[in-house]
Amino acid sequence: MSKACVMDENSEVVFQRKMADGVFLMGIESPGIAATAIPGQFVMIRVRDGLDPLLRRPFSICGIREPGVVLVLYMLVGEGTQILSRILPGERISVLGPLGRGFKPDEKDSRALLVSGGIGIAPLIFLARRLRSGEALFMAGFRSSRQVIQVRSACLVCPEIYIVTEDGSEGERGLVTDILAERLKGAASERGRSSIYACGPVPMLKKVASLSKEFGVPCQVSMEAHMACGLGACQGCAVPGKRALADAYLHVCKDGPVFPAGNIRWESL
Amino acid sequence: MTEADLGVEIAGVKLKNPVIAASGTFGYGEEYAGLFDINSLGGLVVKGISLKPRQGNPPPRIVETPCGMLNSIGLANIGLDAFVKEKLPYLSGLSTAVIVNIYGHSIKEYAELAGALKGLSGISLIEVNISCPNVECGGMAFGTDPDMSARVTDAVVSRADLPVIVKLSPNVTDIRAVARAVEKAGASAVSLINTLTGMAVDLGRRSPVLGNVIGGLSGPAIKPVALYMVYQTAKSIGIPVIGMGGIVNYRDALEFIIAGASAVQIGTANFINPRAAVEVIEGIRQYCETNAIARISDLTGSIRA
Repeated sequence: MSKACVMDENSEVVFQRKMADGVFLMGIESPGIAATAIPGQFVMIRVRDGLDPLLRRPFSICGIREPGVVLVLYMLVGEGTQILSRILPGERISVLGPLGRGFKPDEKDSRALLVSGGIGIAPLIFLARRLRSGEALFMAGFRSSRQVIQVRSACLVCPEIYIVTEDGSEGERGLVTDILAERLKGAASERGRSSIYACGPVPMLKKVASLSKEFGVPCQVSMEAHMACGLGACQGCAVPGKRALADAYLHVCKDGPVFPAGNIRWESL
Repeated sequence: MTEADLGVEIAGVKLKNPVIAASGTFGYGEEYAGLFDINSLGGLVVKGISLKPRQGNPPPRIVETPCGMLNSIGLANIGLDAFVKEKLPYLSGLSTAVIVNIYGHSIKEYAELAGALKGLSGISLIEVNISCPNVECGGMAFGTDPDMSARVTDAVVSRADLPVIVKLSPNVTDIRAVARAVEKAGASAVSLINTLTGMAVDLGRRSPVLGNVIGGLSGPAIKPVALYMVYQTAKSIGIPVIGMGGIVNYRDALEFIIAGASAVQIGTANFINPRAAVEVIEGIRQYCETNAIARISDLTGSIRA
């Protein structure tokens, strides 16, 4: 990705919609970012002017709605997202992006296995829309029915969608990684032609990474970290990984947020 | 009206304006090149360079605090050789002053770094980091003791072929004592303040938030502390003071200049607004024109006290 295409756009919020308990979808008019963003990339949003909160917040891009609207799916987790949720359509925010390295879908895949946990679904919705392959399988895990984000409308290319909740209040009961494990065990003939794309909490990603290794299925994971700049300058967003087989800290903003699962030192997380 | 002269001179090096991007907040320049013309800066200080590459501290390395942030990066950097091979060719093509920040574990390492930079083109000044709170040996251990600060300064000055700026720590009883010591040891200028040592606690886990336990506080929260130290220091030494600490706009920058700074550095603000430094330059220009100030250097130390 060329650095020259990173833009700081003073963008109008065009809509905010509640999608689930504490989860909102926001449309932001950022034509420059919308034009070049790929699934897995993110934006840094300044939730308001002024000095408190000081830092921008990173958000995965959840999709692009023509013309020029960037979609951000976010969960209320702290002060920054609370402020964001109170922004009304017509107001403007500063949006920096698109940032980082996105997913690199293998076009030869017969089947893309999309695995998400909670709000980690955001970049995978964007990926699902951009996949050319007609055979994608979306496995989305949530804590309970109140957190479930309906993905059917978003996933035109996913004939199969599994909703999994930890308490069984919607879809199947259990963890999304249980479903992934079953699929991988059951479909030996498909393994060689599948790839996993995952985003979610670290314990989930750890499990996904170990399954990908066990069954020899390539896997790309989208990671998150505290970060200040999003541009590779502050070096704050370090995750333990490997560079050219040597142990190194990788930076989520620049080396990621999407990494081959084998490049992360999961045992150190 | 004639345009105000924003040019300043630090140790014989002419800067086109007094606004410099601070070390550790601006990468090696390239990171921001797509967002604005970085040649419009007075200068930029690269991420601190050590002899060998450093991985830095375990994460989390960043936590936001009221009007500020703590970082415990731990001077992660690509090391001297990679810097010279991979970063300097780009930097030497810039038409802004490139300042190389160096950091060592021992006086010998500081001297070696200064020697290794000798004769390289594209570097205007050296900034010596004796004030990083995030590394165990070296760093602030030198900067909190006037004698050690002087010895590091002397070692660097005697090996370097460029003027030397020493970056001072605020984590001291009297910053003027350190400033005087490094001036006497041959420093051409001082820059201050580096971050203030601090910590954050995760209530849920009853543990420090930062992987390194402690970190350096920066951002607008530290501005009053920084201003006072710049004011104090400028009055007690003869070499130029480069002021920094929480500057986010041109008004902040001018306050530092009036308090005694010959130039300023913009740090944390680069993270919030990548164009912060150019906006500061533009604001200073307009202020000078509105107030009929012919030369920005006339404002340095002009505080009425």
